[in-house]
Amino acid sequence: MTATANAAALALGDDALVLSHRLGEWAGHAPVLEEDVALANIALDLLGQARVLLSLVGDEDELAYLREERAFRNLQLVEQPNGDFAHTIARQLYFSLYQRLLYAQLAVTDGEFAGLAAKAVKEVAYHQDHAEHWTERLGDGTAESHERMQRACDALWRFTGEMFQPIEGLDIDWQALEASWMEAVTAVLERATLTMPAGPRAGGWAAGAGRQGLHTESFGRMLAEMQHLHRSHPGASW
Amino acid sequence: MTAVTADTYEAVFEAAVAADERIEPRDWMPDAYRATLVRQMAQHAHSEIIGMQPEANWITRAPSLRRKAILMAKVQDEAGHGLYLYSAAETLGTSREELLDKLHTGRQRYSSIFNYPTLTWADVGAIGWLVDGAAITNQVPLCRCSYGPYARAMVRICKEESFHQRQGYELLLTLSQGTPAQHEMAQDAVNRWWWPSLMMFGPPDDESAHSVQSMAWKIKRHSNDELRQRFVDICVPQAEALGLALPDPDLRWNEQRGHHDFGAIDWAEFQDVLKGNGPCNEERITQRRLAHEEGAWVREAAVAYAAKHQAQHAKPGEATA
Repeated sequence: MTATANAAALALGDDALVLSHRLGEWAGHAPVLEEDVALANIALDLLGQARVLLSLVGDEDELAYLREERAFRNLQLVEQPNGDFAHTIARQLYFSLYQRLLYAQLAVTDGEFAGLAAKAVKEVAYHQDHAEHWTERLGDGTAESHERMQRACDALWRFTGEMFQPIEGLDIDWQALEASWMEAVTAVLERATLTMPAGPRAGGWAAGAGRQGLHTESFGRMLAEMQHLHRSHPGASW
Repeated sequence: MTAVTADTYEAVFEAAVAADERIEPRDWMPDAYRATLVRQMAQHAHSEIIGMQPEANWITRAPSLRRKAILMAKVQDEAGHGLYLYSAAETLGTSREELLDKLHTGRQRYSSIFNYPTLTWADVGAIGWLVDGAAITNQVPLCRCSYGPYARAMVRICKEESFHQRQGYELLLTLSQGTPAQHEMAQDAVNRWWWPSLMMFGPPDDESAHSVQSMAWKIKRHSNDELRQRFVDICVPQAEALGLALPDPDLRWNEQRGHHDFGAIDWAEFQDVLKGNGPCNEERITQRRLAHEEGAWVREAAVAYAAKHQAQHAKPGEATA
């Protein structure tokens, strides 16, 4: 692979790896057993994608466990802590819509990621469905769930602009992608009786530099937990 | 016409059990049979979902992406097993909500093994090999249990459990053959999980309150001690192949019996853990209760949404009806 293709694989692979890790933190804590199953299922799909993408670049475990924070290229959105269930769902909604639209475009190009994207887009369609349905149920459920869902959508809004920063090596119409994403989010939030969040979507303080290896504070702690055991036994096989 | 009396029902039930036929949800069954099954199936379901915790404890620290994927899939399967078993228990006229409430308020139990902590990565392997191994030894005979829905749930569960067990064994083998520190980690885990695994078969036969009746009803097929012996006999050669020692100085082959003799189990510890005084009883039930309580608003939202949207969808239908 070329250097730009490597960088692109890292960006997409890190997104999947980090979000998968966050979803893994839900195991045994979900509001109903069905959601323990669903969240683990989505986490596994994402981990599978991450493994394929990172393996294109090098050794998946070296890349996951031995890089430091500044070398990760994931979006800041996916590293955000789980928060309550609404917060997790808002993160899933924003990201799965993005990933679906991005992979749908990649799947029809003849680039290096076409095969992978064609497979992943089927999984991501399920993730999107799950996130949309929960956004609607929470948004149009009780007064409390409505308020929590709105708060979550608002809180994560400032991390959504970074998704449309072009990734070198990917043949994507980023403007069209952003327009389709906005349209899709608007439609879901409307069905969910929620208000479109206001305010900047990028450029404000920290939001939007994940692709450059600049992350938010909780990410370092997440990596410390994820990498601790692997780093404690240099060279060991597991 | 013959008068159908309680005795007739009882006789039909006894004959079906004697002929190894399956009892199904709509069949008549003695109240005590129903109560025993609800208790056992609920405890089994609760064990699956409490059992997610000690393993989920290591998901975020799994040392390779392959192991992380395997562990996530396993914990997901356990939630699925919980769902099968609650559904099977519901065929007896109870509900998942009711059973969960009994778990959360300490009126129903889960397997004592899950009150032990997972202190190192090797514990994940020891749970797979020993805890799942003991569970399978217990559960394979349940595939022939007299109550149909339970037996059928067990067929599905046992297939997945044996897969997990092999993966746990393979994890331990990798550690045992790895660096000295990894080998030591594996041995330490086996030392801590061996005796609690033997306790999973329940009290000795002469102290087991429910055994005789459960065997007569063909809910149970073998006694606690019989299954425990079977498990020990299976584990000894596996431990040798792993290159790990079982922590029992009295463990040796008995030519005359054709079985391994093994040391005395610390039944005081078992009783203590059952009473709620094990190392993690408090944490396990608190986490379960918290997940349920903190998820209440989500479940309420789903119910409110369904009610609103069912009402909306029902309107056109009602107009034409």
